Amino acid sequence: MSILGTRVVRTEDPRLLTVGGTYVDDLRVPELAHAARVTFVRSPLAHALITGIDVSAAKEAPGVVAVLTVADMDDLPPPPPPPEEGAEPPPGSEAAPLPLGGPWAEPLLAVDRVRFVGEPVAMVLTDETYQGEDAAELVSVDYEPLPAVVDFDSGLTSQSLLFPAAGSNVALTIGAADDDAAFDACEVVVEQTIVNQRLAPVPMEGRATAAVWADGKLTVWVSTQNAQITRFILMGAFGLDMAAIRVVAPDVGGAFGAKIGADRDALLVAWAAKHTGRAVRWAETRSENLVGMTHGRAQRQHLKIGGTRDGRILAYRNVVVQDTGAYPRMSGFLPFLTGLMASGPYDIPTVQTAYQVVVTNTTPISAYRGAGRPEATAAVERAVDLFAAEIGMDPGQVRRINLVPPDKFPYSSGGGAVYDTGEYVAVLDQVLAGAGYEELRAEQARRRERGDTLQLGIGLASYVEITAADAAGGETARVVVHDDGTATVYTGSSAHGQGHHTAWAMLLHDELGIPMDDITVLHGDTDLIPFGTGTYASRSLQLGGAAVKVAAGDVKEQARGVAAAMLEASEADLELDTGLGVWQVRGDPASSRTWAEVAAHAGPQGLAADANFQSQPTFPFGTHLAVVEVDTETGKVRLIRHVTADDAGTILNPLLVDGQRHGGIAQGAAQALLEEMVYDPDGNPVTGTLVDYAIVTAAELPSFELLTSETPATSNPLGAKGIGEAGTIGATPAVQNAVIDAVSHLGIRHIDMPATPARVWAAINEATATTGEGL
Amino acid sequence: MTVNGSQVAAEVPDRTLLVHFLREQAGLTGTNVGCDTSSCGACTVLLDGRSVKSCTLLAAQADGRSVVTIEGLADGAGELHPVQRAFRAEHGLQCGFCTPGMVMAAVSLLAENPAPTEEEVRTGLEGNLCRCTGYHNIVRAVLAAAGERETS
Repeated sequence: MSILGTRVVRTEDPRLLTVGGTYVDDLRVPELAHAARVTFVRSPLAHALITGIDVSAAKEAPGVVAVLTVADMDDLPPPPPPPEEGAEPPPGSEAAPLPLGGPWAEPLLAVDRVRFVGEPVAMVLTDETYQGEDAAELVSVDYEPLPAVVDFDSGLTSQSLLFPAAGSNVALTIGAADDDAAFDACEVVVEQTIVNQRLAPVPMEGRATAAVWADGKLTVWVSTQNAQITRFILMGAFGLDMAAIRVVAPDVGGAFGAKIGADRDALLVAWAAKHTGRAVRWAETRSENLVGMTHGRAQRQHLKIGGTRDGRILAYRNVVVQDTGAYPRMSGFLPFLTGLMASGPYDIPTVQTAYQVVVTNTTPISAYRGAGRPEATAAVERAVDLFAAEIGMDPGQVRRINLVPPDKFPYSSGGGAVYDTGEYVAVLDQVLAGAGYEELRAEQARRRERGDTLQLGIGLASYVEITAADAAGGETARVVVHDDGTATVYTGSSAHGQGHHTAWAMLLHDELGIPMDDITVLHGDTDLIPFGTGTYASRSLQLGGAAVKVAAGDVKEQARGVAAAMLEASEADLELDTGLGVWQVRGDPASSRTWAEVAAHAGPQGLAADANFQSQPTFPFGTHLAVVEVDTETGKVRLIRHVTADDAGTILNPLLVDGQRHGGIAQGAAQALLEEMVYDPDGNPVTGTLVDYAIVTAAELPSFELLTSETPATSNPLGAKGIGEAGTIGATPAVQNAVIDAVSHLGIRHIDMPATPARVWAAINEATATTGEGL
Repeated sequence: MTVNGSQVAAEVPDRTLLVHFLREQAGLTGTNVGCDTSSCGACTVLLDGRSVKSCTLLAAQADGRSVVTIEGLADGAGELHPVQRAFRAEHGLQCGFCTPGMVMAAVSLLAENPAPTEEEVRTGLEGNLCRCTGYHNIVRAVLAAAGERETS
C-alpha cells in the first residue's frame, strides 16, 4: 500500500521538541563567534525631513564597534535600471513582484526624509545586545515634522506628498469600473463600502539576519521563505556576482508571506558586514517587528451587486483602494489578485474591477497569508450576504443558485481567471449537512423569539482561490541516491513550518522504496541548491513536490539501466519492489539488488537527477461555516463552532493538510474578530506591541470541525492544489458574516472587521435606537 | 543556578534577563524570545518546577534555583517526556518557534491539573501564543498527554 494519502507524523519534530530549532539567532557557527550585534535607530515620526544626524556621543559609548548612517554608504553601486517592458527576468529573479522604482524607490537607510514610524535611519554595531540599545539612544537625529498621510482618503487627495517628485500619493490607477448598464437591468442592486483592515503578520520568530564578508564572498543567514530570491536581491543591491553570495535559510519560525526574499533591514545587516569587515547579526524585537516588518491587507472596497428577486446574481463590482504604506513594494500585485479573484466561485455574467494604489505614512504593505485573495473573498462573500438579505433569501440558497456548476469546468471567471476543477455546490452541501444547518437556523429562531441576550449567528463563505499563481516559473528538485543506499533531496522550496521534509521524504519513499529514515531533505542554502524559488502562494507541494516526483522517476529509470546491466537482463524485465526497496528480475526475488548495490555500480556520475517542474496555477475551493454567539448587551462575540470543507486536490498527508487548515482558520477568525494595526492621525502606531495588537489565543477559539473533499488537480502528477492559505481565505468572511447574521434581525446589514465588542455594541445600539425595536 | 541538572555559573550585568542568560551563558538556545512585553510565552521554562516566562525574570533572581528548559525535559536516556511525544503524535507544532515554551507551559499545566478539560487546557495556555497551529492540535496533544499519564 502506498504511503501517499496516509497520516505520517513529521520527521522534523524530534529535533524541534528536544533542543528546539536552529533559528538565525540560535546559530553558533564559528564564522559568527565574534559577531557584532546590530541595533537599528528608527524613525519615531511618521513623516519628517531629516535635518541632521549626530553620532558622536553614540560612538563613544561602551562596546560600540561602529555607528553607520547614510553618509557611510559610499560603497554601493547605483540602483539597477528598471527592466525593459516585456524583458525576460534575469536568472534567479523568479517571480517576486518588483517594487515601483523611479520616484517611488525605497532607500536602504532613510535619505533626507522619513516616511513611516520604524523606518531605519542609522545602525549601531556593538559587542553585545544591551550595549546596542544604550548606544542607539545616544544617536541624535534632528527632524522637521511634515503632515502625515494616514488614511485612504488623505492618500487619495495628495495634500501632503510622500514623494514630491512623483507629484501624487496615488501610485497606480488601473481600470475604471463605471459602466452601470448591467446594474440598471437588475431588479435588485445593493452597494456597500467595506474595509479589509491592516494586519500585522506576527510570525513568532521576527526578522533576523546574520552576515559575514570574507575572502570576497558574502555569506548571509536570514529568516526567509526564499534563499535564492534573497541572493538575487543582494546581487542587485551590492553589485555582486551570484558566485560571490551564499544565502542560508536555517529554521524559520513562521513567515506568512512577510519573509518573501529579504527587505531593506536584512540588506543593511549584510551591508554592515561587508562595509566594516566584522561579522554581524541582528534579531529584531517584537516592537520593532510590529512596525518594521511589512503589514498586510489594508484595502477599502466599494462593492455593488445586482440580480433578480429569485436569487440570480447578474452583476458584481469591486473597486479597490489599496493602502500600500510608505513604499509601493508590491506595485499593484495585491489588488490585481483581488480583481482576478473578485467574483469568487460564482457564475456572474458581468464582473467589474478597478483599483488604485496609494502611499501613506505607515509601514509598507506586502503579502500576508492569502495576499489579495482573502480581500477578494471577504468582499464577494459580504456582497452575496447583502444581496441575500435584500431579497430575503437564505444565504446558503443564494450561494447554491450562483455557484459555478461542475459541468462548466474549466471555467473562465468574470475576474479573468480560468478555474481548473471544482465541485463547489457539493462542498457547500457537505458543510451545511455536517454543521446541521437546519437545526442551527431553528435554534437561532428560538433565541430570537425568546429575545435571548446571547444571539446565535451563522456565517457562510464559499470560496475559490488561486495557488501557485507563478507556476510557470516552476520549482526545482535534485534527487541523489548514495552508494550506502541512502538518498538526499535538494529542494528549491523552503519550508518554515509546513512539513516539507516529511512530505518530500514520503514522495521519494513511495517512488523508490527507500525508507523515510534513510532520506535527507535539504533546503535553503544557495551553495547546495543554486536555483529555486521557495515557499509562498501555497505553491510548494504542487510544484516542489511534483519536482521531487519527476526527479525520482528519472533516478528510477537510471537505476533500472544499471540494475539491468548488473543482472544481465533486459530493462523491460527489471522491476523495483518498493516494499522492500530492491531491484529484481521480474518473478525472481533471488536476483534482487539493493539501492546501495545499484548506486555503487552506477559509475562516477552516481544516481542523480535534477528537475524543474513548471505548470499552471490551481484553484482550491471550499465552504466555511462559522457559528458565533453575540452578547447583545456587551457586543462581545464568541466563535463557538467552525465547520469547513477545503478541497485542495489529492491529499498527500492529512496530518499536514489539517494543520495548515487549522492555522489558517485561526488567522482568519482573528482578522474577523480581533486584529487590526491602528495608527493615530499623526501616523503613530497605537498597536505596536503584543499587549495592544490582539493575536488570538487558545482561549478564544473552539476546536475546528474539518470535513474532507478531494477533487484532483489536472496540472501536476500529484493532483495537488495549495492548502497553505485556504483556511484564512474561507474563515475570515464566514466569521464576519456570522457576526452580522447574529444581529441581522435588528436590521443590521454590515459591520466592518474586526468585529470588536465596541463595534458590535455600537451597531446594535444604533440599530435599536433607529428602529425603536427592543432586543 | 542549576540548569537541567547541571551547575551553571557566570558573571553577568545586573540587568541580564534569565532568558538571555540561558541562551548566551548556558548555551541553551531552545528557549526563544518572541516578544518584549511578556505576552507570547515563547521563553517559558520551569523554575523550581513551575512555569515562568524567562523574559520576566532577571538572571540574578534565579540565582541558586533550579531551571528546566526544553533541552532538559527528556530523560537522560533520550526517552521523550509524554508531552513531547504527544505534541509529535498530534502534530502540535509547525514552525517550532513557540514549541519549547508551549511544551514547558503544558508540562506545568498538567502538573497542577493532571486531568484538565478542553476548556481548562485552552485557558491554561492563554499566555502562550502560536501563530501556526490555531491551537487545535496543541490542545489535542495536551489532552492526549494527560490521558497517557492517567492510564500509565
